[in-house]
Amino acid sequence: MSDDQQNWPLFEVFIRGRAGLEHKHVGSLHAADGQMALEHARDLYTRRMEGVSLWVVRSKDITASDPDDADALFEPAKDKIYRHPTFYEIPDEVKNL
Amino acid sequence: MSRAEAKRSYPDLGQSERFRYVLRLADTSLILGQRLGEWVGHAPALEEDLGVANISLDLIGQARMLLSYAGEIEAAGRDEDRLAYLRDQNDFLNLALVEQPNGDFGCTIVRQVLIDAWQLELHTWLEASTDQRLREIAAKAVKETRYHLRYSSGWLIRLGDGTDESHARVQASLNDLWKFTNELFSADEIDVLAENAGVAPRLSELHSRWSVRIDEILSQATLTRPVDVSYGWFGKRGEHTEHLGHILSEMQFLQRAYPDVTW
Amino acid sequence: MYTQGLDALGDESLLLPEEELAELEARFQAKIDADEKIEPKDWMPAAYRLTLIRQISQHAHSEIVGMLPEGNWISRAPTLKRKCILIAKVQDEGGHGAYLYSAAETLGISREQMVEQLLSGQAKYSSIFNYPTPSWADIGTIGWLVDGAAIMNQIPLCRCSYGPYARAMVRICKEESFHQRQGFELMMQLCKGSSDQKRMAQEALNRWWWPSLMMFGPSDANSRHTEQSMRWKIKRFTNDELRQKFVDATVPQAEFLGLTLPDDALSWNEQTEHYDFGSIDWDEFQRVLAGQGPCNQERIAARISAHENGAWVREAAMVHAAKQAQRAARE
Repeated sequence: MSDDQQNWPLFEVFIRGRAGLEHKHVGSLHAADGQMALEHARDLYTRRMEGVSLWVVRSKDITASDPDDADALFEPAKDKIYRHPTFYEIPDEVKNL
Repeated sequence: MSRAEAKRSYPDLGQSERFRYVLRLADTSLILGQRLGEWVGHAPALEEDLGVANISLDLIGQARMLLSYAGEIEAAGRDEDRLAYLRDQNDFLNLALVEQPNGDFGCTIVRQVLIDAWQLELHTWLEASTDQRLREIAAKAVKETRYHLRYSSGWLIRLGDGTDESHARVQASLNDLWKFTNELFSADEIDVLAENAGVAPRLSELHSRWSVRIDEILSQATLTRPVDVSYGWFGKRGEHTEHLGHILSEMQFLQRAYPDVTW
Repeated sequence: MYTQGLDALGDESLLLPEEELAELEARFQAKIDADEKIEPKDWMPAAYRLTLIRQISQHAHSEIVGMLPEGNWISRAPTLKRKCILIAKVQDEGGHGAYLYSAAETLGISREQMVEQLLSGQAKYSSIFNYPTPSWADIGTIGWLVDGAAIMNQIPLCRCSYGPYARAMVRICKEESFHQRQGFELMMQLCKGSSDQKRMAQEALNRWWWPSLMMFGPSDANSRHTEQSMRWKIKRFTNDELRQKFVDATVPQAEFLGLTLPDDALSWNEQTEHYDFGSIDWDEFQRVLAGQGPCNQERIAARISAHENGAWVREAAMVHAAKQAQRAARE
């Protein structure tokens, strides 16, 4: 039996800490299938009531941005300060704005 | 509505019968938890070490609640540890199935499926027992057991419907262990008294629900249900296979070697 | 995550012109100096990656092998409460091993490769786990001393420069806080118990004290990696600093228990305001590290047999998953 057939693929685990919060990446684990990955995530990452909901996704199915592209992706937002409310000066006496 | 609230009146269950009935449940969880503990650090994958440990912890937790309750019923000053550590094997009332050796991982899984499906039906029923303490314990245990069966049946299906080797291994374990399922549903006088008192379920009813569940799992696992055999062990009456003595000699070693101290 | 192509990344940097490499390295170091975190796909020097892989995987292996000496007592724990505590603790160690393997995998090495290195004897793990646990008091002592020493080592790592490692350590430290306390509490119970129990406790302390001090690694003068690792902030205190901290913290705890630390040279130094202690038998340390400790063979043999006995199970799960995928595709 070849080793490859024994090696379970990698899954990433996301946990919702409590209702009202978003799922957050907490780490990874190995499992043969999604169901098993969920059970492993439960046993591995929620032993101390860390969550109320779990997502698992095959690591290879994640498309991630490249740090080399960070400038191109994120810098252009930097000078669009008019997107932030603090950009606009409104006299103090005007309320509810 | 629990049976306690129902308008029907039940004959009372005697103290000694109630004690023995609760001990059966307690010892079954305890010995199974002890067996599963043997896997920790030796499972087929790191993630399974954690999974098996969780089930073991649930079972020992159930055993502790049940043993404490049994001690209260008996009212002879025995707490969970005196009951767990200072009884000899004839006084242990666990089902013989749970004292069977772990074998390979597939064998452990087969044993687990058979008992998980039984405990799930049992705990579900006990949530409406006339015995308030059993109701409370079952309410907690039933959630744990539901997960145990999900875990064990998931594995049995993978192994049964996996490779030729895994299929052959779990089928062989199933054939070996099947004879111990007889005891799960053979009612003796305590079972009958407990049933009449509304404390415990009628085992034949449990049997049909268990069978449906097991058949469903076996079919998904592409495994063949073995033929029932009449021969059976009766661990719940203190008649055990040779394995229990070894479990106890290990489990009870410190308490026996250094009596009457606090740990 | 992010494991794909990382090997290639490491190799590519070798092909870069020297000045470009120097520029990348300078920028990398500047980031670290500014206390910024390094994340998996960021450029990093090959040596940083390799050092981290070595350190994190050794740490993971230590957790996994560390399950064995304590697991040895799960079946014999003297009360049901202690049994639950011990199972939960050994389980945590497995969990910590998994978090750490997961952190190491972000650097481009797979779990299988790491396991293979452990089983083949190529990878190291903490020498402490090659000592036996003949008595129940060893379980208390491991919690008190070994986990105590581990916590000393690990808390600074929560601020380590490599993001996934730092995050794993935060989780681990949070979970481990109960480990040391339960160990000390177990010892307290023994020390206020019968003479047999006290004897057990003292004997266990005698067994574990020196190996615990060795856990911090060779003295600074002989530590090959310390300086570079400190610059990269994957180590924040030297071995000797941490060892001293551990001794200072532990001596009063032993006094509280009424136990004697097996070191005649141990004494309070008014000038340094630290405890002086005797010299460590580094030959023993090297021997155990080289595979000649009391339980090296047993520990690795146990890991190998778990791996080999589990092979058919892991394979069956993969085959079943493939069948299921095929069925789903047909529908």
